[in-house]
Amino acid sequence: MGLSVREASVIYPTVDGRPPVEALRKIDLDIVNDDFVVALGASGCGKSTLLSLIAGFLSPSSGEILLDGSTVQGPGADRAVVFQKHALMPWLNVLDNVAFGLKLQGVAEAKRYEIARGFIALLGLGDFEKSRVYNLSGGMQQRVGIARALTCDPKVLLMDEPLGALDALTREKAQELILNIWHATHKSVFFITHSVEEAIFMGTKLIVMSPRPGRIAHRFDLPFSRQFLGGTPAREVKASREFIALREDVLKIIFSDEEAVA
Amino acid sequence: MTEHSYPNTQSKKTGILFFMMKARATKPGETYGVPGQGDTLLLSILSILGIIFVWWLVTTMGWIKPLFLPSPQAVLFKFINVWNNGFTNTPFLEHVGISAARVFGAFLLACMVGIPLGIAMGMSPIIRGIFDPPIEFYRPIPPLAYLPLMIIWFGIGETSKVLLIFLSVLAPVALGARSGVKSAAIEQIHAAYSFGASRWQVMSQVILPSALPEILTAMRIGIGFGWTTLVAAEMVAATKGLGYMVLTASQFLQTSTVIMGIIVIAIIAYAFDMLMRFVERKIVPWKGRM
Repeated sequence: MGLSVREASVIYPTVDGRPPVEALRKIDLDIVNDDFVVALGASGCGKSTLLSLIAGFLSPSSGEILLDGSTVQGPGADRAVVFQKHALMPWLNVLDNVAFGLKLQGVAEAKRYEIARGFIALLGLGDFEKSRVYNLSGGMQQRVGIARALTCDPKVLLMDEPLGALDALTREKAQELILNIWHATHKSVFFITHSVEEAIFMGTKLIVMSPRPGRIAHRFDLPFSRQFLGGTPAREVKASREFIALREDVLKIIFSDEEAVA
Repeated sequence: MTEHSYPNTQSKKTGILFFMMKARATKPGETYGVPGQGDTLLLSILSILGIIFVWWLVTTMGWIKPLFLPSPQAVLFKFINVWNNGFTNTPFLEHVGISAARVFGAFLLACMVGIPLGIAMGMSPIIRGIFDPPIEFYRPIPPLAYLPLMIIWFGIGETSKVLLIFLSVLAPVALGARSGVKSAAIEQIHAAYSFGASRWQVMSQVILPSALPEILTAMRIGIGFGWTTLVAAEMVAATKGLGYMVLTASQFLQTSTVIMGIIVIAIIAYAFDMLMRFVERKIVPWKGRM
């Protein structure tokens, strides 16, 4: 049960006489129970392509994506996506943005507002229900985006660099918030990031991807998010000897990939 | 230590050229270097008053004969006269009413046809393939050029007049709606699909609202074309209307009536544009903000 990617490959066809690009080669990945899977890698390694596959925006050239045993045919609310930015609806207020997915699914207004208000409270947006989303800070906009995806009650929550556009301080707070919500909701999460520290801090499983062809080069099981949820302060977790050692190892892998490409 | 000699670029420079090359530091609350910021209301009023003053001066001093340019007073008196007595036995407001009915009627029709057509063109390569050539073909042709065809095909009644205005409004409205379809960010569209939206829902709840600002702008541009075409539409077999009034007056060399008619058309068009801007602020306050 859960989501599994089975030997999925993606080959982009020839453009302007250039050879076809192998964006992903034989990816195997399982996201089950309350896994928090983080994908990390140099740009062009196929992280976003993998997310598109799971979300159902893209079908694999070979291999398959299974959700609870059945093949993923297209996008659906069981795999709601949180984007980096530009994904909120500026003509709707916070409440209607959060309830947007439920509206699309035909949930009656009273019911969808009730559910939406629950997630608005969970993400600490209680006082901003009626606010216009373009008047909110970047961090609060992302919280709206996360609340909106959670209302869909996805089996796997997909996050495509959700914190990439935030400033460093807001970002650390948002990491903690996402972990707390993950802990409270027991969702499976697939999370893409460029930040090595963020990846190691947040994930229970880390996949480090390499480009050309895009593939999973390394896999790590991580204890740090559990430590944080167990009560250790985030900065203390991130400053621990094991954390720093792993961070440097992963950085080395990524830098050598970058050099191999350049 | 040796004295380095740099070219003297730091010295205080003055004069209009220097002023134009580099902006001065702004006051708090403004952003440095934003092109064209600042309030224009006062200057606009001064500009209008200036034009009227020069107009008054050259006519009152007798530098230009009233046949070519009557004085502002003469135009004002003509307006009062036509307001009280009508023009060619038709009350002034009836001229205004009939012209407004033609322009706004054609405008509404053009919006009802053009907006759905433009959206369909943006959404579907089939519709775009079919309608792009005819629209792009007639769009640059001046309405005066196909006016004779309208008359031959549809007679000299209201149909050809409204149709002419309709066609001049249709193209900009349809093209605006078509390009508005591209306003939605791909993230917004993907988000909706990932929450279980159907194609129809994505169109009605993401693409259409995103396109609204551009559609409203296209409507503003379109109604402008409508007024431009009004005079042409009322050239043939009209007995009422502002365009008819201007044309008839020009044939009798009643320059004051011509200028009065032009000003009335301009004021109505401007008032409607203000209304559209107000509507824009009300229904798309988020324009350009996300």
